[in-house]
Amino acid sequence: MTRPGATGPLLDVTGLGVRSAGGHDLVSGLTFGIEPGSRLGLIGESGSGKSLTALAIMGLLPPGMAASGSIVLDVPGAGPAQIVGAAERRLRGVRGRAASVVFQEPLTALDPLMKVGRQLAEPIRRRRGLRGAALRAAVADALAEVRLPEPGRIARAYPHEISGGQRQRVAIAMALACEPALLIADEPTTALDVTVQAEVLALLDGLVAARGMALLFISHDLAVVSGITDRILVLKDGRAVESGTARQVVNAPSHPYTRALVAGARHLDSALDWKAR
Amino acid sequence: MTQRPPDVPFSAVPGSAPDAPSSAVPAATPGSAPDATARSGAGAVEPGPGAAAPPILEAREAGFAYRGGAPALSDVSVQVLAGRSTALVGESGAGKTTLLRLLLGLARPTSGRVLFDGAPLSPRDRAQMRAFRRSVQMVFQDPYSSLDPRQRVGRIVAEPLRSLGLVPPGRRGASAAELRVAAALEAVGLPPDAAHRYPHEFSGGQRQRIAIARATVCEPRVLLADEPVSALDVSTRVRVIDLLAELRDSNGLTIVMVSHDLAVVALLCEYTAVLERGRVVEQGETAAVLGSPRHPYTRRLIDSVPRLPARP
Repeated sequence: MTRPGATGPLLDVTGLGVRSAGGHDLVSGLTFGIEPGSRLGLIGESGSGKSLTALAIMGLLPPGMAASGSIVLDVPGAGPAQIVGAAERRLRGVRGRAASVVFQEPLTALDPLMKVGRQLAEPIRRRRGLRGAALRAAVADALAEVRLPEPGRIARAYPHEISGGQRQRVAIAMALACEPALLIADEPTTALDVTVQAEVLALLDGLVAARGMALLFISHDLAVVSGITDRILVLKDGRAVESGTARQVVNAPSHPYTRALVAGARHLDSALDWKAR
Repeated sequence: MTQRPPDVPFSAVPGSAPDAPSSAVPAATPGSAPDATARSGAGAVEPGPGAAAPPILEAREAGFAYRGGAPALSDVSVQVLAGRSTALVGESGAGKTTLLRLLLGLARPTSGRVLFDGAPLSPRDRAQMRAFRRSVQMVFQDPYSSLDPRQRVGRIVAEPLRSLGLVPPGRRGASAAELRVAAALEAVGLPPDAAHRYPHEFSGGQRQRIAIARATVCEPRVLLADEPVSALDVSTRVRVIDLLAELRDSNGLTIVMVSHDLAVVALLCEYTAVLERGRVVEQGETAAVLGSPRHPYTRRLIDSVPRLPARP
């Protein structure tokens, strides 16, 4: 592959495959890249391999699953890091700083036995080396940045004591605490109510723009993805079937599968066009 | 049982008509406002178009509180008229599932009443409950947990026929049941041999079809559905919506659906009640409620729905 100098993509996925312990190919031949500060949407239905792709990029595939091909995270100043086949030690240095992830269900991402403030303090301490009062102030700032009301109260709460939307904001704060160059959001609003979803999407949009982060946004929801990303990659049965700008994919899908997906989404979407009737 | 005093003030509903005085007998307040039949404010109940036939199901000033807890539902009045598919819309904690449980007779209101064909629904009245189960059936959200994995589909779908005594016992009943199960499976678009297979052999969308076949095999008048398509992928979702619409249109089935998904509501239900924190804040024709919402919460709900980019 030809890459001019140091201005290569932040994330370069080439021929990625994920195989299950039983020998099934769950993801195959997947190739895409994300430039620094750009946004890519990964869309697909259940079983399309989109979440496995996110886990593979983080080096977090479940035991028994094996990745093949190449995943290179190239953070300016840190040098390119090959994720596939890398040792856990090496991955720990990459996770957080190069890429961090927000999952669908914040309850599974947060430790139920640890107060929110302490959980959030951990990555901030590791990344910025803060202690004591400075660390507490940084935690309060991080909670305020994701627009949580009463950061003091939230910091002292256990995850079950705050709402689902608040938990997801905490999970976003934790993902951002390491100042990643790439934020991976895996169905981050699917478990949320629609009004909360709108707020969390607006928050993510603003934070990603303000920090100049790159975003890999994974979802089954075409409307959500086309609202927050510039480009879309459509996955089906572990393979990319189509890619293009969000507008291209939604307005002029070329692959039959994408056409069916868009038709379904369009059908539901147009049910809300009361004025057109 | 605690009867709420009639003059307790309720949280003001800005921008819409105040709650109707809960002491008023609903049927005695025919539409005085010009659009009262199209839409009514929270808590108000308009008389049905055919005033002679009572609503099939009705919550009348119904409230529900778990023991020692804050009310999950307060002063909810909603009518399910024959042929008028109705959506109960709201977010988590709005009380829509609690309301569905009251309408199903799975819980009794702690204030107000739930009526079936105009008579108070009382789970202890066995004759009434038999008629009720015959008329009102249920489809759940998760097609993976709502079907017994150890029973063949044919047996699952036939269950209401057996438990309601709609087929005679013995050989003759078994073949009668088989015919009706086959008809129900065909109506939901499943192949006849589906009856001999197990739920795990089917996809999520097909399982939801099995659940719908089970719910419709006894030809009920009302199908209560709790988020029936929200666990399904988009293309499957559209097909199951089409199936429900077809059953509604061809079998005269009245659908009562709990949903947070306004697009699904718009496709399936002519009438919509919006719940927020245990209260109905707005109800009326779906086109009016979703097309020109009056209550700020309804507006916020609609504005929050992610939309596709406009067509070029």
